[in-house]
Amino acid sequence: MAQILAPSTQWQMRLPKTSTYGSPIATKMWSSLLLKRNKQGAAKSSGKFSVLALQSENSTVNRLEKLLNMDITPYTEQIIAEYIWIGGGGIDLRSKSKTIAKPVEHPSELPKWNYDGSSTGQAPGDDSEVILYPQAIFKDPFRGGNNILVICDTYTPAGEPIPTNKRHRAAEIFSNKKVVGEVPWFGIEQEYTLLQQNVKWPLGWPVGGYPGPQGPYYCGAGADKSFGRDISDAHYKACLYAGINISGTNGEVMPGQWEYQVGPSVGIDAADHIWCSRYILERITEQAGVVLSLDPKPIEGDWNGAGCHTNYSTKSMREDGGFEVIKKAILNLSLCHKEHISAYGEGNERRLTGKHETANINTFSWGVANRGCSIRVGRDTEKNGKGYLEDRRPASNMDPYVVTSLLAETTILYEPTLEAEALAAQKIALKV
Amino acid sequence: MSLLSDLINLNLSDATEKIIAEYIWIGGSGMDLRSKARTLPKLVTDPTKLPKWNYDGSSTDQAPGDDSEVILYPQAVFKDPFRRGNNILVMCDAYTPAGDPIPTNKRFNAAKIFSHPDVVAEEPWYGIEQEYTLLQKDVHWPVGWPIGGFPGPQGPYYCGVGADKSFGRDIVDSHYKACLYAGINISGINGEVMPGQWEFQVGPSVGISAGDQLWVARYILERITEIAGVVLSFDPKPIPGDWNGAGAHTNYSTKSMRNDGGIHVIKKAIEKLGLRHKGHIAAYGEGNERRLTGRHETADINTFSWGVANRGASIRVGRDTEKAGKGYFEDRRPASNMDPYVVTSMIAETTILWKP
Repeated sequence: MAQILAPSTQWQMRLPKTSTYGSPIATKMWSSLLLKRNKQGAAKSSGKFSVLALQSENSTVNRLEKLLNMDITPYTEQIIAEYIWIGGGGIDLRSKSKTIAKPVEHPSELPKWNYDGSSTGQAPGDDSEVILYPQAIFKDPFRGGNNILVICDTYTPAGEPIPTNKRHRAAEIFSNKKVVGEVPWFGIEQEYTLLQQNVKWPLGWPVGGYPGPQGPYYCGAGADKSFGRDISDAHYKACLYAGINISGTNGEVMPGQWEYQVGPSVGIDAADHIWCSRYILERITEQAGVVLSLDPKPIEGDWNGAGCHTNYSTKSMREDGGFEVIKKAILNLSLCHKEHISAYGEGNERRLTGKHETANINTFSWGVANRGCSIRVGRDTEKNGKGYLEDRRPASNMDPYVVTSLLAETTILYEPTLEAEALAAQKIALKV
Repeated sequence: MSLLSDLINLNLSDATEKIIAEYIWIGGSGMDLRSKARTLPKLVTDPTKLPKWNYDGSSTDQAPGDDSEVILYPQAVFKDPFRRGNNILVMCDAYTPAGDPIPTNKRFNAAKIFSHPDVVAEEPWYGIEQEYTLLQKDVHWPVGWPIGGFPGPQGPYYCGVGADKSFGRDIVDSHYKACLYAGINISGINGEVMPGQWEFQVGPSVGISAGDQLWVARYILERITEIAGVVLSFDPKPIPGDWNGAGAHTNYSTKSMRNDGGIHVIKKAIEKLGLRHKGHIAAYGEGNERRLTGRHETADINTFSWGVANRGASIRVGRDTEKAGKGYFEDRRPASNMDPYVVTSMIAETTILWKP
């Protein structure tokens, strides 16, 4: 457990303005804030995961931090549960907290709840209740103790999933006997961009200008090459603490862009973990005073977009002779290219141009170790004759419930006609 | 700096049996909270065993200068989340030296209503949803809003997350834990529709304790915003225009409403409330007419209406209650600056004691 070192805009700055909120943070201030913070020596490495609070100008002592970090377990059995759901935009996360009488082990022990759907574009004002069904529990890295985060999906009072609830259908596909038998594994690579607050220009970029061209930034280190590492690092530990299956992080090709990976996870877990990790990331950027963007092409021109490459395998693919199963799966995917693309994220056409390590959005292609293809198969997989495939098409703002279940459906349940298969095999040069 | 910090956080229980009691009362405007501290020889948790005290009423608009003493009667005790240890917060109400409640003491009347045998038998439960707005100090413009301008329109902020959608979460989260520590029955929090606006809920509490708990929760919130350097506003319509107001929706049920067949008791109660609409509205908070316009999830102030799951009605009944045939209802009329002693006792009086 670590202490978040990412300074917030609300952190005490020697500025003449009196307002503690709403002052834009420029690149120069960012790094000098970091130095000021360390100099004060207040960053005690007590080994506890502590949450920073804003500091007011009048107080001589900051007591908000003590309250925020208080461990309430000695005083009450009650815990705080943060219920999280996806709002009307399909990508906006919402949450609110509820006191629960005592710690729970399983989501089925938690009560259903409801919220005002008319405030999230999900219900009309005269019939506004939308019901929350708890589906997955994680430890709360912000409140500590026995407090929890709860991933929920959304239903009408009559018990029907509302239109923006994509989890319901995914859960149905993942409980299909054939799919269960194939034990589908997913490893999702979530890319994201950090933007300066108020100007919405990437972190580390000069306002009104551009940094030097791409090249030095991928996995780079140094104050001129890496912007926002504190957020990425804090997020890593927060997710591990929460119980999310986060497997790695790296700085990306565009400066101010980062990536983390979640997996391998089985079935619906992959998507639950991604959504919770996105929530934790947005809470961390909120504290840091930086804006999180999941836009697939945040800056036009010779700058990389942001994707959500989805690595995928089934039991048959992982066993001897799996490479043939992988090729058959790729065949099926080639026949459903348009359907998948339309479900792989809004605005993806700005990203999938055929340049910047993407394949053109209208063409389906595959290759070994080829980052310019729709599907990439690793050299290891080719050598061992078994392994997994990487679908590079999904955008960073994709809905993992949709993408993971669609992959399972197309590769395990879909049966194309023999002639369609033969034509496709010819088209993409696959001998199956 | 660090010596001050050490001193404030000194754990007295090692050094002495004495404790500090912060006596809290409501001042002359009916909305301003006041408090002062005194030393007690040892820990006392029963309010009836705490000493009465007094204060200078002429400084809070509650007494003339030549006869200024107002007496404080302790009514409820909570743990002090700022001083910790064995120190306490004490919610009080205010009396003349002769023993009569002063005019701004609304608790006295509420306590009378709540001790009426008919009301006691019905065990009235309250869940109060307190909304409030955080304002930047000195400019009194909401937190997170650009000075001299406005944020993007409402939509992304309700329960939102992220530096461009959520402003002031530290205050809300520390308030949550502080209240749980203090022993207040806080049941949840959420970000509200207008950016910089938040809500916490207290309940279910029985009878007079709903009012006591809400007032102490407000006190703790004002102490926390004081530390944070941010101004707390309970104004029911802080920003005119296409921005939500702030309310204090009061959820209510009696024993009969919670038992089988309760839905009929609920409907009768709503009818009675409809007959006394003007009387209730007059007591539901100053400035409420700026908020209850019929837009922004409110019902118009002059019209009484009710509906299931309808956030545009005066009274809303939840779908759960309708389905189960029993439960509770939500009075959406009270403003964020309402006095919970007045509102809770009035609802109990109208629905249980009043015979039209």
